Amino acid sequence: MLLALRNVGKVFSNGVTALSKVDLAIREGDFLSLLGPSGCGKSTALRLIAGLSTPTSGQLDWRGSIDRSNIGFVFQEPTLLPWASVFDNVWLPLRLKGVSRAKAEPAVMEVLSRVHLTGFENAVPRELSGGMKMRVSIARAMVTKPRILLMDEPFAALDEITRFKLNNDLLELWQDERFTVIFVTHSVFESVFLSSRVVVMAARPGRVHGELPINAPYPRDEAFRTSPGYAALCRQASGVLVDAINSTAGSHHDGH
Amino acid sequence: MTAIENNVLTLDPEEARRARQERLERIGKWVLPLAIMTLAIVLWDRICVWNAIPQYILPRPGVVLQTLHSDAGLLFSSLLVTLRITFLSLALAVIGGVGLAVLFAQSKWVEMSFFPFAIVLQVTPIVAIFPLINIYVDNQTIKLLLCAWIVAFFPILSNTTLGLNSVDRNLRDLFKLNGATRWQQLRYLRLPAAMPYFLGGLKIAGGLSLIGAVVAEFVAGAQGQSSGLASRIIEAGYRLNAPRLFAALILISLTGILIFLVLSLVSHLILRRWHESALKQER
Repeated sequence: MLLALRNVGKVFSNGVTALSKVDLAIREGDFLSLLGPSGCGKSTALRLIAGLSTPTSGQLDWRGSIDRSNIGFVFQEPTLLPWASVFDNVWLPLRLKGVSRAKAEPAVMEVLSRVHLTGFENAVPRELSGGMKMRVSIARAMVTKPRILLMDEPFAALDEITRFKLNNDLLELWQDERFTVIFVTHSVFESVFLSSRVVVMAARPGRVHGELPINAPYPRDEAFRTSPGYAALCRQASGVLVDAINSTAGSHHDGH
Repeated sequence: MTAIENNVLTLDPEEARRARQERLERIGKWVLPLAIMTLAIVLWDRICVWNAIPQYILPRPGVVLQTLHSDAGLLFSSLLVTLRITFLSLALAVIGGVGLAVLFAQSKWVEMSFFPFAIVLQVTPIVAIFPLINIYVDNQTIKLLLCAWIVAFFPILSNTTLGLNSVDRNLRDLFKLNGATRWQQLRYLRLPAAMPYFLGGLKIAGGLSLIGAVVAEFVAGAQGQSSGLASRIIEAGYRLNAPRLFAALILISLTGILIFLVLSLVSHLILRRWHESALKQER
């Protein structure tokens, strides 16, 4: 066990209950997806785990030897410094910890090669495609070698071809480095393809509705994406998600 | 490259029209203003001749040019005086504007408390404040500087404040996650993010500092205490020396244009790689 959320709730100052009585256990090495409709509090849960926000009730129990100050976070947008080169963007987390450019260079170059961006060190973000920007963002989150990586719908804005490619590359990284991933998404297909566990959430108030282990073996490749086993798991996850959406009392089906 | 492509490609009528339009606009951008300006000067000259207007009311353009040459020593030494005030006050406006903006950015409370004072300074006409400054300040240079500064610092302050507060929320979170100090956040995030806003304010302040300097000289000059371009204008006005008046006026305009161009260039050079405003339009 790495982290346990116990009876965690979050109420915003405007009176909205974003999360209510969330119990969730995260094991070391998990690739855990939080899947749910918009408004189910999955991003709020991620921000709580990151320490960007504090719970109104309940607690987060950290176990094991994780350095909590070393969490990688990937936002929905690439969130790069538009004036800084790719190198400087990836260097940033180390720079903030006082690591000089020269000292940081090996780590930055290594992580850039891991996300297939060697040769783009001097480009600025606007010269890159959406997929490449997201790769820079992932490299920046990885440069401090975090043991836990939080991702908030990182590929939602990308086209499908690019998204598939990044899915594959992310899995490869995860298998090599064996960090823990908590991945927020609203795509059934993406969550099943990537995860070892899918946690389905429901909205109003945001809560955990159910959990689904994805027992397909890794490495998962393009063949897995078209296999009957994958399709069956997707159908199963879809079922739980529909159930979660219907469970929201007095829900409007358009999501608002 | 586009020229080659244009030769190879066969364009449909719509694209061909668009390409032609763009070519015309590129030429027109330079030729039209120059043509109209030339036309206006010729017309000015003709009006003087046709109506036999005396030189002390409206001199011919040629005479103004001659005066610019014959009075060059006098005019340019005055221009230097005005320029000194202009640039000093612009420099002080940058230091004061950015300094105050950074201070305001440290806390919403400071901004809420002190921003109204800046607005009061901004909206009160400088000519109305000058008599007070005249009472409190003895030194002529400081008097003029203070006036020009009051006029010029506000756009820098307000733009930079806006820029420092316009940082992407996620980027702020990222800095927080990585344990950035307040200073690091300012140095690596907020100041660079405010740069385009600051440069926009600087462009306005550049023109205003010249206006501020000239207006201050005017008010001071009316009391016979100044030697800048404005006092040359007042003097020339008293003596009905219209050619010199025009020459001084032209010098001031040219200086203003030059300041604007230089600041635009600086802004372009700093922003050209990353900011939307400095990028070429692509379809």
